[in-house]
Amino acid sequence: MRLSGLALLLGVAVAFPIGLPGPATVNVGVFTLMYVGLATAWNIVGGYTGYISLGHAGFFGFGAYALGLIVTRAHVPAGVDVFLLVPLAGVATALFAIPVGWIALRTREATFVIVTIAVMFMLQILATNLRGLTGGSQGLAFPVPGWGAAFDVPFYYAMLALAATSLTVSWSIRRSRFGLGLLAIRDDEDRARSLGVRTEVSKLAAFVVSVALVGMIGGVYGYYVTYIYPQFVIDPLIGIAMVLMAFLGGMGTLAGPVVGALILEPAQLYFPYGLGQSRLYLVVYAAVFLIVILLLPRGVVPTLGDWLEQWRSHRLAEAQDRPRGDEAVVG
Amino acid sequence: MSLLRCQELTKRFGGIVALDGCSLEVAEGEIMGLIGPNGSGKTTLFNLVTGFVRPDRGEVLFGQGRITGLAPDEVFRRGIGRTFQLPRIFPRLTVVENLLLPAAGSQGRGSTESSRSRRERALSLLELLGLASHASRPAGRLSYGQRKLLELGTVMMGEPRLVLLDEPAGGVNPALLEIIGARIVELNRQGTTFLIVEHNLGFVMGLCHRVVVLDHGRPIASGLPSHVRDDPVVLEAYLGR
Repeated sequence: MRLSGLALLLGVAVAFPIGLPGPATVNVGVFTLMYVGLATAWNIVGGYTGYISLGHAGFFGFGAYALGLIVTRAHVPAGVDVFLLVPLAGVATALFAIPVGWIALRTREATFVIVTIAVMFMLQILATNLRGLTGGSQGLAFPVPGWGAAFDVPFYYAMLALAATSLTVSWSIRRSRFGLGLLAIRDDEDRARSLGVRTEVSKLAAFVVSVALVGMIGGVYGYYVTYIYPQFVIDPLIGIAMVLMAFLGGMGTLAGPVVGALILEPAQLYFPYGLGQSRLYLVVYAAVFLIVILLLPRGVVPTLGDWLEQWRSHRLAEAQDRPRGDEAVVG
Repeated sequence: MSLLRCQELTKRFGGIVALDGCSLEVAEGEIMGLIGPNGSGKTTLFNLVTGFVRPDRGEVLFGQGRITGLAPDEVFRRGIGRTFQLPRIFPRLTVVENLLLPAAGSQGRGSTESSRSRRERALSLLELLGLASHASRPAGRLSYGQRKLLELGTVMMGEPRLVLLDEPAGGVNPALLEIIGARIVELNRQGTTFLIVEHNLGFVMGLCHRVVVLDHGRPIASGLPSHVRDDPVVLEAYLGR
């Protein structure tokens, strides 16, 4: 049943641009899938190990610049070929993340959060000031493919492929002993260490895998928006959005970040339309989040799971009560 | 033959000397008790042996090798497991996941063991500890005593040669205490060496082959439980002159 549900979901995702064509709807699809991938990738380090990074936007931007530089320096023409270079952007992000993670993961909790924010702003400042490399505040231009009215569709499928990759990676980690070690780190890192878990290597591996995925998604994003600027591609709001989605859906679960992204990203795209150009939509966005935190503090997926379990055990208890009543009559 | 040998271990925290040139040996196959008044350095000794704290001076030898200053994960992989005064389990993992977590020690089956055989071993250990019916519940729902048992089971999954138990009897009801004692004896018979820190002297005297008394960071007496109990030096350390 689970597998068929998954196949149905994938079928809907694949058919979406065919069933609801048009740049406006497909554009919503591109961003929603982007956040499904981002929140899922973030969850590998934030949800499984409990190391909350608010700086993933830095690696998102790093991946975008990496792909942009590869494409422009190697004079790759616009087209589907650019997508084939996305894994290279992931590798570049991973290589960069090894020393960063090695240092940052020596800190814990609030300190780690602050270190990740600092890394993000350092990357933003570097992107602004290394003009020879990034174009600075004038931005970096990707080649623009001439796909006309169907422009969004290839990007939609690229984002879908990356979201599926993130989910597959997250799922296989969750099932592995490596993943069990990550969850143990979240509960009690020192205890895990005293049971032989190589916590430092595990944390770093989770971090590198997580930001490599985020970097690849950043690369596709850069190609999609065609022009990247430091303050828009290394945007704290992107980093916070993926965290909020994972929180909302349920941290440390596989489906949580997906659910969170499917709820929040369309809302995030709709509110500016519905509420006009003012920044009022951010207030609504925050209000939604506060309400959820108050009512479903552990996130949608774990809370619903608990309700389901309660309902089941309640029914089980009722079923058991009935025969007992009969016995009493007989006795 | 001694399995664990601590030589002249010294550790200061600020002005406080927690361990003061402490030397002691644990023989292979024995259950050794480590007693002493609060602040005599028992837990610090555990922390030094398991790599949580580095000694200022001295050496820790285990089996054939030197393990002074190794990281806790490496110490466990060499074959030393430990429990804590307050049981430390992974509350959001299920009971059986808690058992599946530890790495294999040097004596263990290592990475060659299939995940299926690990699982079977975990389930039979849960059976032994009387936790089998809780296998798929989150460990955070266990009672305090059950957590103590689970913590011991988790350590045993690594098949350590030496297990350090920090107050296994602390806060445990008498019925459960009997179970814990019986499990320790059983595991010892299968070849595991134990070093036990404990305040419950009745428990120590009934279980241990040999007892060492620590005071002010160094051993002041050692021998058979019955001897140590009547030693005037020990009485003085506990009760004052």
